[in-house]
Amino acid sequence: MHTTPTVRRALAATAASAALVLALGACSSGGGGGGVDSRGDITVWLSNNETEIAWGTQMIEAWNAENPDEQITAQEIPAGSSSEEVIGAAITAGNAPCLIFNTAPVAVPQFEKQGGLVDLSSFEGGQDYIEERTGDAAEQYQNADGEYFQMPWKSNPVMIFYNKDMFTAAGLDAENPSLATYDEFLATARTLVESGVAPNAILPAPTSEFFQSWFDFSPLYAAETGGDQLVEDGEATFNDEDGLAVAEFWATLYEEGLSGKETYQGDSFADGEAAMSIVGPWAVSVYKDAVNWGAAPVPTSEGIPASETYTFSDAKNVGLFSACENQGTAWDVLKFATSEEQDGQLLELTGQMPLRDNLTSVYPEYFAANPAYEQFGDQAARTVEVPNVANSVAVWQAFRDAYSKSVIFGEGDLTTSLDDAATEIDALVADQ
Amino acid sequence: MSILTKARPAAGVTPPAGGRGGHQKGDRRRRALGKNPIGLLLSAPYLIFVLAVFAWPLVFAVWMSFHEYFFAAPGAQIDRPFVGLDNFREVLGDPDVIRSFGNVGIFLIINVPLTVVLSLVLASALNKAVRFRTFLRVGYFVPYITASVAVVGVWLFLFSGSGLVNQILGPLAPEPSWLINSQWAMPTIALFVTWKQLGFFILLYLAALQNVSQELYEAAATDGAGKVRSFFSVTIPGVRPATVLVLLLSTVTGANLFTEPYLLTGGGGPNGASTSPVLLMYQRGIEQGSPDVAAAIGVLLVIGVLIIAFIQRKVAGGDES
Repeated sequence: MHTTPTVRRALAATAASAALVLALGACSSGGGGGGVDSRGDITVWLSNNETEIAWGTQMIEAWNAENPDEQITAQEIPAGSSSEEVIGAAITAGNAPCLIFNTAPVAVPQFEKQGGLVDLSSFEGGQDYIEERTGDAAEQYQNADGEYFQMPWKSNPVMIFYNKDMFTAAGLDAENPSLATYDEFLATARTLVESGVAPNAILPAPTSEFFQSWFDFSPLYAAETGGDQLVEDGEATFNDEDGLAVAEFWATLYEEGLSGKETYQGDSFADGEAAMSIVGPWAVSVYKDAVNWGAAPVPTSEGIPASETYTFSDAKNVGLFSACENQGTAWDVLKFATSEEQDGQLLELTGQMPLRDNLTSVYPEYFAANPAYEQFGDQAARTVEVPNVANSVAVWQAFRDAYSKSVIFGEGDLTTSLDDAATEIDALVADQ
Repeated sequence: MSILTKARPAAGVTPPAGGRGGHQKGDRRRRALGKNPIGLLLSAPYLIFVLAVFAWPLVFAVWMSFHEYFFAAPGAQIDRPFVGLDNFREVLGDPDVIRSFGNVGIFLIINVPLTVVLSLVLASALNKAVRFRTFLRVGYFVPYITASVAVVGVWLFLFSGSGLVNQILGPLAPEPSWLINSQWAMPTIALFVTWKQLGFFILLYLAALQNVSQELYEAAATDGAGKVRSFFSVTIPGVRPATVLVLLLSTVTGANLFTEPYLLTGGGGPNGASTSPVLLMYQRGIEQGSPDVAAAIGVLLVIGVLIIAFIQRKVAGGDES
């Protein structure tokens, strides 16, 4: 082959540079973790939420004081467009910490597929510990083989928050709001908007992100079905009468202009842009001084007692990552952090609900002293999680796309839209 | 031949130290490294940067697009079989992907010509402006250097249902409003990007205008050409190389559209009307854990951009530059 001097020089330089690039690339590959019995210092990541950092700080101080040879170092989850993306990148790079106290259940199947998580059932007594602590609700966090790649940690069961002052201004009963059935909810919504107290009765984010349906369709579907997940036994469930009823309810709100189709830049409930909101117990401290609020269970078509109403959990769990060198210590820390004492601290410091069986009877003093959280404590016993299935994020995006098209923007037939989404989701779940 | 040469050394000539071996080694080094090896050393950092940040990922993306691939922990036993064109078949059979390419096509049809025309006209005007010259130049450049996230907030205020634009338009405002209207979402994004990038392209044209000889304008004026005629007969041909560059850059940056549909229309809404291929790549590759499918979309996008760039180069006369 004939090559000119220029080409030869370019080739020489490229080859040298490529060798360097490959060498640098090889250096970036991290190593694997240690065994389930290894012990020593560990690193954990915490959410950047102020109250959760306070909880994490006291938990770590308590552990470190008792375990000088197995110290915990903590840091906030590095900034990124979402925690799940950061964690996914850390798994790939091999530098994930031992424990992350903010692992979204929807991301767990993907992290498991990546080989990033440790099966907690593989620790001695692991499965029993999880099931004794969380009760029957733990089953939702198993994978298809009955293994736990996440520790159910805390939930934020969502309910309807309403602005009492706006209800009163609209001539509605603010202490016993008429919000139990779809008809009652819609009538209340019409009164609120027609009276001019708020431009929107309720304003869930109408955007296309995969997780947005957790805060409009999912809670109402959980309530309507008495606790069904959107996918059960590998098949979509939502294209039934109950799913259609929920979709029609939301479609009516959008069609009649009771819920806006545009994103509001800010907190619509705090800013008075909406008279109601779907929120978890975190909202109690956030709206404490900003809004004169009340809370009610999410509505159902017929109206059922609060004590029977299910809702979406909005849970965050703990993952033990395979890059961890001292997995024995990490498992012990995980049990320590989810002990009755630390769960009590979590409740006290964050107002979020530990995923613990019989929560209200384990901490009666807390709920007696903080009646605002009592409804949420009771609701925490009836929550529905996102299904632990393959391609879970793709499943939710497919659902959101169909919902956005037919429910929010009113294009096409609702039944066909739900059926099409169910067909697509069945294929995604089957594609391991 | 070499034996003959060696057998007949010129009388009185002493071979250089090192003999023939040293000659050959030196020649080979010179041929490989050139007359100025230090030049290679100085350019190496950038070459490494290009290889590491552009070339290697591009090659890796092409490889991924032909394999079943997902990101995994180091040491995880993962099978990544060759799947031929399966990822491309999946992508081309996905209506969301097809629609995203259609969306970015609409975007480019609006954005590229508008960018070329506005930046050239404004650059010509700024080149002749005497008063407020610096202020105007800075004014046009500020949106370009301002973070999209910040500017998007202003546009949401302007183009929301109760925003300033709709208040001015009154009954003429579209229903639903701009950013949640399937017909208007992408044109609004195209307008936003045109406005935001304009400062940079004006700068390119301003630089090009400095190279257009004043004598040409004087000659044109002597021949009776007015300002408009001079613009078409002197300015436009004079900045043709810059026009090719503006066309290419605006096409490439436009094809990479991500931030605006992500932020301005809440993730490609309404109902996918503003989803771009790069936004889909982010969703499929990062959020949904299918980088193989995302890579296939990326490869198709690169091919598409190369075809458009080739056509632009032919049509806009890039060869002459």
